[in-house]
Amino acid sequence: MNLKRAQELPEAGIIPEAGNAAEFKTGDWRTYVPQFVEENCIHCMFCWVYCPDSAIEVDTSGEKPQMKGIHLDHCKGCGICATECPPAKKGKAALVMVREEK
Amino acid sequence: MATNLKTLVQNEDLLTGGHRACAGCTGANILRQIMLTAGPNTVMGGATGCMEVITTIYPYTAWKTSFIHTAFENVAATISGAETAYRSLKKHGDLAPEADKVERMNFIAFGGDGGTYDIGLQSLSGAMERGHNMLYVCYDNGAYMNTGIQRSSATPFGAHTSTAPAGTVKQGKEQDRKDLTKILVAHKIPYVAQTTPFHWKDMATKVEKALACDGPAFLNILMPCTVGWGFPMELGMQVAKEAVENNFWPLFEVENGVYTINKKPKETKPIADWMKGQARFRHCFKPGNEGLLEHAQAWVDQQWAELLKLEEMTNA
Amino acid sequence: MTKTANQELVALSGNEAVAFAYKQARPHVASAFPITPQTEMMHKFAEFVANGQSTAEMILVESEHSAMSAAVGSAAAGARTITATSSAGFALMWEMVYVAASLRLPIQMAMVNRALSGNINIHCDHSDSMGGRDAGWIHHFCENAQEAYDTSLINFRIGEHMDVRLPAMVNYDGFIISHKEDALYMLDDDAAFDFVGPYKHKYTLLDPANPVTVGPLDLTDYYFEHKWSQMESYSRVFDVAETVFDEFAQLTGRRHDMWEEYKMDDAEMVMVILGSSAGTAKDVVDQYREKGVKVGLLKLRMFRPFPAEQLIPVLSGRKSVAVLDRSASFGGWGGPVFNEIRSALYGVNNPSPMHNWIYGLGGRDFELHHAAEVIDAMQKIAAGGDVPTLNLLGCRA
Repeated sequence: MNLKRAQELPEAGIIPEAGNAAEFKTGDWRTYVPQFVEENCIHCMFCWVYCPDSAIEVDTSGEKPQMKGIHLDHCKGCGICATECPPAKKGKAALVMVREEK
Repeated sequence: MATNLKTLVQNEDLLTGGHRACAGCTGANILRQIMLTAGPNTVMGGATGCMEVITTIYPYTAWKTSFIHTAFENVAATISGAETAYRSLKKHGDLAPEADKVERMNFIAFGGDGGTYDIGLQSLSGAMERGHNMLYVCYDNGAYMNTGIQRSSATPFGAHTSTAPAGTVKQGKEQDRKDLTKILVAHKIPYVAQTTPFHWKDMATKVEKALACDGPAFLNILMPCTVGWGFPMELGMQVAKEAVENNFWPLFEVENGVYTINKKPKETKPIADWMKGQARFRHCFKPGNEGLLEHAQAWVDQQWAELLKLEEMTNA
Repeated sequence: MTKTANQELVALSGNEAVAFAYKQARPHVASAFPITPQTEMMHKFAEFVANGQSTAEMILVESEHSAMSAAVGSAAAGARTITATSSAGFALMWEMVYVAASLRLPIQMAMVNRALSGNINIHCDHSDSMGGRDAGWIHHFCENAQEAYDTSLINFRIGEHMDVRLPAMVNYDGFIISHKEDALYMLDDDAAFDFVGPYKHKYTLLDPANPVTVGPLDLTDYYFEHKWSQMESYSRVFDVAETVFDEFAQLTGRRHDMWEEYKMDDAEMVMVILGSSAGTAKDVVDQYREKGVKVGLLKLRMFRPFPAEQLIPVLSGRKSVAVLDRSASFGGWGGPVFNEIRSALYGVNNPSPMHNWIYGLGGRDFELHHAAEVIDAMQKIAAGGDVPTLNLLGCRA
């Protein structure tokens, strides 16, 4: 990463670029990755609300919001989504944690 | 007010991914959930601690709204200053047009149990007493996590922490938890409540009520910590759920002094079951340490009985 | 000669004078916690608010640490913010004093100089202000209520200047200036506010269109560069101060520079002093001048940033320079002002012998004979005699 010179930095040590952490990839932290099994998904949005890393991609353009998948740049593979997925309790998980092949 | 996920999901995620929280951190999730309800017209303050550190490592910030951090013990004072400035600027007609248009500007301060129960208690009390129109959120993970899992006054009895460890002579924390929520109720502020990130609907409702009330509000939110408590990273929300089912962390509100318990478990689960799943309580299950489990159960039972009485008394 | 503004001759204590100045500057927010001898300053200000003469919002915080914290929150939200303290109160907010400067927030503070504990002492010395000299604030010292009033207004202009943007404190001696009834000329409200001008922020938390993160965590890769930026802003103070001093002089007829030179043109011996004691010392200088002794006084007003380069020509080539410190730097070699001046004068072409006297700790009165003692010593030094470099003045030891 290119370290900026003092003269190039905004004064007072502030960060004026709101939300630029989105550029920082934490996906490489993962050991396990959630696999999205779309046919089991009931689009309940539980995975989306419980994700610590805003890594559940949802399409809100239609009438009903649709779970689309995982934002792999940010997903840390914690598995909360897979644990909270309601269909999983009935044996039809829409998210399954698998060991990620690098 | 979004009380179903299909509506809540339409709101912008104002905490981005790419922050440095541990995998499975329920704290980051708490902040996300708060922001989904609070919205973009929010000034957020953070005390030094996990949440402040992981969201703002220069030159990155995960905050899409304005955010300020200054020190560990003073986020309530800092935000009370920003809130006062807002009122004064508005009164004098000196607010920037974008800010002046805003109907409700939210002022939220958050701190961990370290920055709230202990070192931050004074400035929190001062800000609440002065009546600022702000919300203080404590994410209670029961220890000073960011600096290495040291004991706080919020640490449960018997829990192993790095400064009150369980060893051969000592068995973890020797005091019961401080009841901070009651201290806040005693400030007679309009709104005080407890919630957890598992109970997203409860959380969204309470955040909205807290922000809508005229004056200071306080939310104490249980924050299961996978690293500090020692449980698998995928179970954070389940640990929160069970903490309500065994009355360790009752969900309740106090609106202008009147208590409402939001959830009364039909069958209270034993606290030992919950403790068994956390490495910080592992020593409590050694032979000879049964007293610790009994103490823990007695404390939870007493706390719950007290809460029921308070609900009855204040609704009379 | 341009006509100066209308000014009223009034009798006020230093605390009251500063309260008037702060009222006239129309701050949006005042955040403070009481401590002797600052208390009456905030009382007066609160009276203004209670009677509608000031529309500032007061935050009656529960501690000085919260006073500075709330002031920082307020200034970061784009509001003109004032505070005031002394001694232990300053010590308690010490952590936040550094933060205010690092966030480049032009908070204004009345520092009513009082000794630091222990033992606890409520009287004047400069240990409080000197204790925070590395924090990055502008430190101005005053001789009397007039200077305290003038400097309070001047500090807004210097601190809030877009090239500077640093917090500033006006130091005035506890009880001696703060409580003593003095005569001073005061501008009327409009003239004072016109001089100070309306507040402009550089950044604000309160712009939803441009959200900003203030006070992030710096790791080893950026902290040093942020500190560079602070040092740079400090270096711009001198030029800005000069123009502000000029403007103030035009407005009031009173010129306040980074220091005042009293009978120094042909002085062989120079006493350097800060604060109210300068008044006493000037009287003694006069007495010695009458006897034909070529002694002068340099009353340093701006201690931070320290005008080292500017002082070199003025303090070089003298037969003796006596630096008087109203605070000690325990374990250090001499007091803080002595150290700064001696260091500035090191290696110059025409050095002056430099000696230090620490005086007036804990409100120990600085009397005429103390100043005389120093001038006598300077005469001895000028004549080639031996005087210890470090001395205490007025201590029974």
